[in-house]
Amino acid sequence: MKRLVVVGNGMAGMACLEQILAHAPRFEVTVFGDETHVNYNRVLLSSVLAGEKTADDIVLHPIEWYQRHDIDLRLGVRIVDVDAEAKTVTGDDGRITPYDTLLLATGSRAWLPPIAGLDQDGVFAFRTLDDTRALLDRSGPGVKAVVIGGGLLGLEAARGLQVQGCDVTVVHLMATLMERQLDPDAGHYLAGKMEDLGVRVLLGRSTAAVLGNGRVEGVALEDGTLLEADLVVVAAGIRPNVELASKAGLHVNRGIVVNDSMETSDPDIFAVGECVEHNGVCYGLIAPLLEQGKVLAATITGNRGPVYVGTVQAATLKIMGVDVFSAGDWSEQHAEPVRYEDRALGVYKKLTLREGKLVGAILVGDTSDSHRYMEWLRSGADLTPQRRHLLFPPPAADAGLDVAAMPESATVCGCVGVTKGAIVRAIHDRGVNTLSQLKECTRASTGCGSCTPLCHELLRAVAPEFEEEQKKVICGCVPFAEDRLRDILRSQKLRSVQEVLEIYGNGIGCEVCKPALSYMLDMLWCGEHDEDRSARFINDRVHANIQNDGTFSVVPRIRGGVTSPAELRRIADVAEKYDVRMVKITGSQRIDLLGIRKEDLPAVWADLGMPSGQAYTKGVRMVKTCVGTDFCRFGTQDSIAAGIELERRFEQLYTPHKVKMAAVGCPRNCAEATVKDIGLVGVEGGWQVVVGGAAGKGVRKADLLATVETTQQALEAAELFFQYYRENANYLERTYDFVERLGIEKVRKETVYAPTAVRHALLDRLRKSKARARDAWHEGRQPRHPTQFIPLTPMETLT
Amino acid sequence: MTEYRWVRVASCESVPVREGRAAQLGDREIAIFNLGDQFLAVDGQCPHRGGPLADGIVSGTSVVCPLHAWKIDLGTGCVQRPAVNGSCVATYPVRVEDGTIVVGLPLDTPVVAVRRSNGAAA
Repeated sequence: MKRLVVVGNGMAGMACLEQILAHAPRFEVTVFGDETHVNYNRVLLSSVLAGEKTADDIVLHPIEWYQRHDIDLRLGVRIVDVDAEAKTVTGDDGRITPYDTLLLATGSRAWLPPIAGLDQDGVFAFRTLDDTRALLDRSGPGVKAVVIGGGLLGLEAARGLQVQGCDVTVVHLMATLMERQLDPDAGHYLAGKMEDLGVRVLLGRSTAAVLGNGRVEGVALEDGTLLEADLVVVAAGIRPNVELASKAGLHVNRGIVVNDSMETSDPDIFAVGECVEHNGVCYGLIAPLLEQGKVLAATITGNRGPVYVGTVQAATLKIMGVDVFSAGDWSEQHAEPVRYEDRALGVYKKLTLREGKLVGAILVGDTSDSHRYMEWLRSGADLTPQRRHLLFPPPAADAGLDVAAMPESATVCGCVGVTKGAIVRAIHDRGVNTLSQLKECTRASTGCGSCTPLCHELLRAVAPEFEEEQKKVICGCVPFAEDRLRDILRSQKLRSVQEVLEIYGNGIGCEVCKPALSYMLDMLWCGEHDEDRSARFINDRVHANIQNDGTFSVVPRIRGGVTSPAELRRIADVAEKYDVRMVKITGSQRIDLLGIRKEDLPAVWADLGMPSGQAYTKGVRMVKTCVGTDFCRFGTQDSIAAGIELERRFEQLYTPHKVKMAAVGCPRNCAEATVKDIGLVGVEGGWQVVVGGAAGKGVRKADLLATVETTQQALEAAELFFQYYRENANYLERTYDFVERLGIEKVRKETVYAPTAVRHALLDRLRKSKARARDAWHEGRQPRHPTQFIPLTPMETLT
Repeated sequence: MTEYRWVRVASCESVPVREGRAAQLGDREIAIFNLGDQFLAVDGQCPHRGGPLADGIVSGTSVVCPLHAWKIDLGTGCVQRPAVNGSCVATYPVRVEDGTIVVGLPLDTPVVAVRRSNGAAA
């Protein structure tokens, strides 16, 4: 058996090795990796930094894979020398390993620009899992981070750090971001979006030095600006690792020069990946490296034939909420540009055409058509017939990409490198029928997720028993998942239930979707919508809770459960005057008057002279309190005042489901705050804010959202969660299901740990809704409709 | 052929579009619905547990009882959900005359004097 030595345990090398093993197991294989990890998906490091994935999630080849293929894996060993005459490699452990065939997959490294002070503690590159772990260790709320370089990697690092709570500034030498992938206009849109996320962007600035005394303290820019910094990430570009190739005497330019069969100038040494230069181009994105690997595997196993002809480069920025795609040559020289832009929505699209063929594409803000453009770029199709519709959705008849027309070799998932052929084989050979099976089996769609629609299309077209794993749609009247529907209502600026039903639904609606849509519109437009009472449940038409005999119950608001003798007297008088069937103290420290006729509601409310307690609606119910420091000898916090203030801030607002809260003055928890939707638990020196508790159908202990020092901070944390729940929960989803579904980590990350701008935006929308909300019981005096509360009586006497 | 006594009930504006209102006509409590292009009237109580149909959400030409979501076809008066189970509520013909809702009560059933005194329409 011939000895194959692979230097480099990264994505390109292992993908190629996988292909080699598929051809013929005729090699005795040794793999050297200078990292101490098995092969992982480097493309997804930004997801690890952003906390969306763990290190385990991104493993591509577990240790068992190496064992199964009898691969001698040497981790943590860096190869420092190659002797092409003797055909040996030497490791930094001094061991010499002979080879018959050598595969260099040495990748690239971060390029460090000539800046003083880069050798200090707190300066990182962002290339490896170890870099990522170190960054995660050092990042956190309040940490100041400066990212040098506003390219793909720098921006992903910036966003990841910012999600971890850091205060992040990106310093970029060029006048616009990602200038290698984006034209200046697109770069401006991108900068705007990054700023919206709360990442500061400094353009056209050169870094002079990293300051500090062995440990980073700041960054000095050429223009004299000083930035405070606790950590610095250098993402100014990459350089191919070519030193070994030079030592082996190979032809090297910027990268290791290879021909179309992926051969170097030495017949026994091959190279693949980022360290390679083909036709003058060094590739730094994953898709081309996988294509190279396939060609090389054929060559190396004696099946010379396939050739590598270069790849249309395509880049996707993997930042949630910032959709950026760039492919091919988008310069407008000798090309015809086709543009579309919408400044308000932050959408920018540009295609460049030469002789009727697509040669480049840039998409910012909406990348849903990227696969279509990628296919046009690959195929070189003549677009003259579609020329007038290039940037618009194709007619419904052939919506999306025709998957049948895609070649088998077309890459569907660019992150992991899965072709249409691989997906079709998985469907046929492995019995894949659902998207999650497909993910499990091929890893497709496990990266940035932009290929998910395409995977769905393929499954639908090919899988014999395709099962749509739909998110639950609201109902058959408007068959959309709620998050999708919220996007539609927002982007299409729809403001009435009937409008939504007519445009996106069956025009009719039902008792399930109508109240849900009513809620969504109220929430999305902060109360500035066209409220349609007919779309709401009877309780919300007359602001009382319908009982089993058609009468109603009335629960006035008694904030924090604190009432007064005068209020109690009025309540007692009302109960007598209207012959109330039952007066009941509720479990929520309130008083319920049961058995009131609809037509008596306005008079009852007037006599009570108290605001609505919203006991009838999906809205803010109450804040239960214990007496706290006011009276209790154990109290550590003023739970009464905090509870009343919490209730004041949220009352009158609608929510996906009812929201019950409590504030307690100490961990004895006398008002059961830990089984409420939102609870404030007083502790010595502060508050714990807990969310997602339940004591109904099921019992669930609330999760800790945040521990804070002051009542103001506790109220703000509660507000962030409250608005986040309002905006993201499905209708009729209680907080405990919502928190369970998302996970408290995600909830924290998107509320209390969210970037300042995101937090402020949440609070602004809450305040806007609150400013427009009013006590529903005002309608007792000013009915919304003359017959809102009263039945019709005939205009003639019936005898 | 059933003969009706036609009773003028209220102005068309008394019932908002896609909503219902209860009306006491003699001894009958009926529910009148405004479907935009027509008015329909049925007996006011759900055949299930007597829920007030006038308070239900309108879905096309049906109403959903607010108590347990039984769905009643307003044209035929028949229950559509939980399943077509043979239960029906009575239906009444409705005409609109000069902007007034006029409901037809079958002549073969007696009517007694109006009980209710409060709340004139509109």
